Amino acid sequence: MAVDMRLPTVKNSMSLSHSAADRKDLVVPGDVITSDTGFMRGHGTYVDEDKLTASVAGEVQRVDKLICVRPLKTRFNGEVGDVVVGRITEVQQKRWKVETNSRLDSVLLLSSVNLPGGELRRRSAEDELTMREYLQEGDLISAEVQSVFSDGALSLHTRSLKYGKLGQGVLVQLSPSLIKRQKTHFHNLPCGASIILGNNGFVWLYPTPGQQEEEAGGFYTSLEPVSLSDREVISRLRNCLLALAAHKMLLYDTSVLYCYESSLQHQVKDVLKPEVMEEIVMLTQQKLLEHES
Amino acid sequence: MATVQVSEAEKVYILHGIRDDLRVDGRGCEDYRHMEVETDVVSNTDGSAKVTLGHTAVLVGIKAEIGKPRPMIANQGYLEFFVDCSANATPEFEGRGGEELGTELSNTLYKVFNNQHSLDLKSLCISPGEHCWVLYVDVLLLQCDGNLYDAISVAIKAALFNTKIPKVHISSDEEGGKEIELSDDPYDCMRLDVENVPCIVTLCKIGHRHVVDATLQEKACSVASLIISVTHKGIITCSRKVGRGSLDPESICEMIEAGKRVGKALHPPLMKLLQQEESLGNKRQKVGFLG
Repeated sequence: MAVDMRLPTVKNSMSLSHSAADRKDLVVPGDVITSDTGFMRGHGTYVDEDKLTASVAGEVQRVDKLICVRPLKTRFNGEVGDVVVGRITEVQQKRWKVETNSRLDSVLLLSSVNLPGGELRRRSAEDELTMREYLQEGDLISAEVQSVFSDGALSLHTRSLKYGKLGQGVLVQLSPSLIKRQKTHFHNLPCGASIILGNNGFVWLYPTPGQQEEEAGGFYTSLEPVSLSDREVISRLRNCLLALAAHKMLLYDTSVLYCYESSLQHQVKDVLKPEVMEEIVMLTQQKLLEHES
Repeated sequence: MATVQVSEAEKVYILHGIRDDLRVDGRGCEDYRHMEVETDVVSNTDGSAKVTLGHTAVLVGIKAEIGKPRPMIANQGYLEFFVDCSANATPEFEGRGGEELGTELSNTLYKVFNNQHSLDLKSLCISPGEHCWVLYVDVLLLQCDGNLYDAISVAIKAALFNTKIPKVHISSDEEGGKEIELSDDPYDCMRLDVENVPCIVTLCKIGHRHVVDATLQEKACSVASLIISVTHKGIITCSRKVGRGSLDPESICEMIEAGKRVGKALHPPLMKLLQQEESLGNKRQKVGFLG
């Protein structure tokens, strides 16, 4: 048994690249962006005595005459096509309410899920009554954003075999701004586990399923015990994700993999110690710079 | 306590992991998360400490005031506990939501310290039957990520170590009444001996095994927990069972043995850290709340 107690230390921010090109225009609420009245104000700004002022903390984006401030830490603002990992909070008539770290709960309509066996038919009253047999409160799902309602709530769908109810694994909740937008968010990492990087900041780690793919599209969740080696890989990945998030690094399959490789020299539970986190993130940043150049 | 929702498959995953002694974050069943302890963070108290255990953050402030001793025990001072669950910790604590948890925590603290040996209460007596020191221990929960009892007990021990009680001189005035004078020198103070102050260990029963320092997800998978307070010699001062589920006597004995072992091992690193912090003196870089 181990107890790790220490005095707190001030965290130093560390970054390898200090070039002027990387200097982003960061503002905090109240900072004056410009006194020029020729600009249109976008999201995150307001006009205070003819001066354009920021109302959120983030970076300034300018598109021709439009100035807006994109906040660094914000709730998830979904766009059509985003992959999200969410948790069912309510079962209502003909739809489920899903929590996706956005301002409003997202909606998953009964007509937007696949029926078992892949049937294509009109949903009947019986389907409505057996909704809870498929998805209950507390279940995790992976889904795609189909559309955005006028109030900003997202409408999700799981009409593909790769989406659906998630089985055994670990959920890591991070900030949505740390997830890089990529072509695909489902990765089978070579270290032995699979990862779903949801755009809403929820990352799902699970053991790579065997050769036989689930035919039912998520209806059957296997409750077989996961092997110890797979568990170690998943725990290590989880700690690496938290280390990268603590140092505000962008998360995508390559950065997570490099971080995993850099952490192999330490024990799984030691990865969460502050000095080990710093070391691992430094190594990851170096590897990523080498990879790019 | 703040709760998180966990799906059935996640519960099964956690259960099987604990059965194999590998929890979700790689810890063993008896390992604590990373803990940070800092004392003397609140300037207008006589002693204070802030403890961060994973994401749980607890702030303890101790104020010493002169009061009348309890009628049954006229030659001792006493401690008063108050736990405030701030709404900063979780939205469930908004308004009066945190009151129930707060009273439960303070009642447990009263039980833990309700013995002759944890703290030398006789040293808090000024004049028997008339004046004594009353230590008001105020606990503030800043962030809640599971395992509140352990963090609170470590913080209380650190704050008691840090407490400086001014020395008093008693003189009798003309009418024969007693006059109490506090010494003017801010460094002329009395420190408390915290060797025997117990630390609380919470053991959660998950499946057939028990874990120490459970996170909120693990707590959602357990139905019963045992809370025991252990001194540095391994003596138990208080034990309580919480939770809706039942524990059979065999597992209670097992959990008590494990708790004694874990609790005994908590004290040496804590005392070492407190002494190391004290020896740094003015050179210590105070982190406080802006770390």
